[in-house]
Amino acid sequence: MERTTLDLWVGIFVVGGIAALVMLAMKVGNLGTYNVSEAYQVHAYFSNIGGLKPKASIKSAGVLVGRVTDISLDMERYEARVTMSLDKRYQFPKDTAAKILTSGLLGEQYIGFDVGGDEAMLKNGDELKMTQSAVVLEDLIGKFIYSKAEGSTN
Amino acid sequence: MPVAKNLRSIGRRVVSAVWRVGLATRFFLLTLAYSGTSFRRFHLTIKELFSTGVMSLIIIIVAGLFVGMVLGLQGYETLKRYGSESALGVMVALGLVRELGPVVAALLFASRAGSAMTAEIGLMKATEQITAMEMMAVNPIARIVAPRFWAGVISMPLLAAMFSAVGVFGGYFVGVIQIGVDEGSFWSQMQAAVDFREDILNGVIKSFVFGTVVTVIALFEGYDAPPTAEGVSGATTRTVVTSSLAILMLDFILTAIMFRGN
Repeated sequence: MERTTLDLWVGIFVVGGIAALVMLAMKVGNLGTYNVSEAYQVHAYFSNIGGLKPKASIKSAGVLVGRVTDISLDMERYEARVTMSLDKRYQFPKDTAAKILTSGLLGEQYIGFDVGGDEAMLKNGDELKMTQSAVVLEDLIGKFIYSKAEGSTN
Repeated sequence: MPVAKNLRSIGRRVVSAVWRVGLATRFFLLTLAYSGTSFRRFHLTIKELFSTGVMSLIIIIVAGLFVGMVLGLQGYETLKRYGSESALGVMVALGLVRELGPVVAALLFASRAGSAMTAEIGLMKATEQITAMEMMAVNPIARIVAPRFWAGVISMPLLAAMFSAVGVFGGYFVGVIQIGVDEGSFWSQMQAAVDFREDILNGVIKSFVFGTVVTVIALFEGYDAPPTAEGVSGATTRTVVTSSLAILMLDFILTAIMFRGN
């Protein structure tokens, strides 16, 4: 087949478009930074998850170690069951506690791990027994007003 | 009776609009059915890729740069009030990748390439080139329409991706280099917030749908144009109006399906 300048231009166009897509995926998106290939699942029950959403980050000592994959309501306990997918590179003791925390004053909610001292490590399908629910602003204000009222009568 | 007359004319318009939708659908299916030639003789499609894709490059890149710069400027002004200028990158990138990239690129594509396609095919019809092809037992849909259709469908996602990529750099230029937002938080917050599958791939799907719809409308209007000077000019206008409206309406529907409840 003969080569024409037209082919060259079309080639430049297609290569440029694909380069733009790759740039979007790697530089703008998170494809280059987060890999879910090696992961194990654990779950935990919370009495209130506040504004936690699927795909929220899980951090230990501030380092991203996994993501929330699923949130559902357990109909026997009436508690939220949160399934988490953790990176295989990070192993945690069995008595690790999960807390729902907020980044910044009004920021996104994430799960923070307080690492325990157990010898045995968490395995796929295990449950985190110790949890701390999200702090709901209305509850906090309610408690504050209640304690104020109590304080004034004494 | 003016009332009955008006009613009758409204009814006639509705019927003819539905009729044209049916014709356009048949035309689209015929184009798909006769697409074999445009891949077997790929140089036909390459030629059309040049005139639709490559020739639209400049307008897409310049427009993307300026849209990104405006987003950077406006986003900074608003985010500054809440002390969260570091989220500028997120705002620019999500706005471009999800909405502005596919939609504005498709609108530009409709007016730059779509109108040209309609005028070209309409004029071919007016000068009886299409009839001549049929006389020579050449299928005009396979020879003229299908290569243009595939060129449009292939080039639209590429153009939208370039628009978004250039726009992000436009936002970077205004936000980081001119105003002085922290460069690290600009990129890192952007990467944390933009998901490849959820945001970028959905944007690509959007632009693919827009490319298909715009190209089909442009080709159909050209193929269906009355073979007169007025007919061709009317068809070109209708291409731009109809495809712009179709893009905006489809964008709402696609956004509602893709991003609901997140």
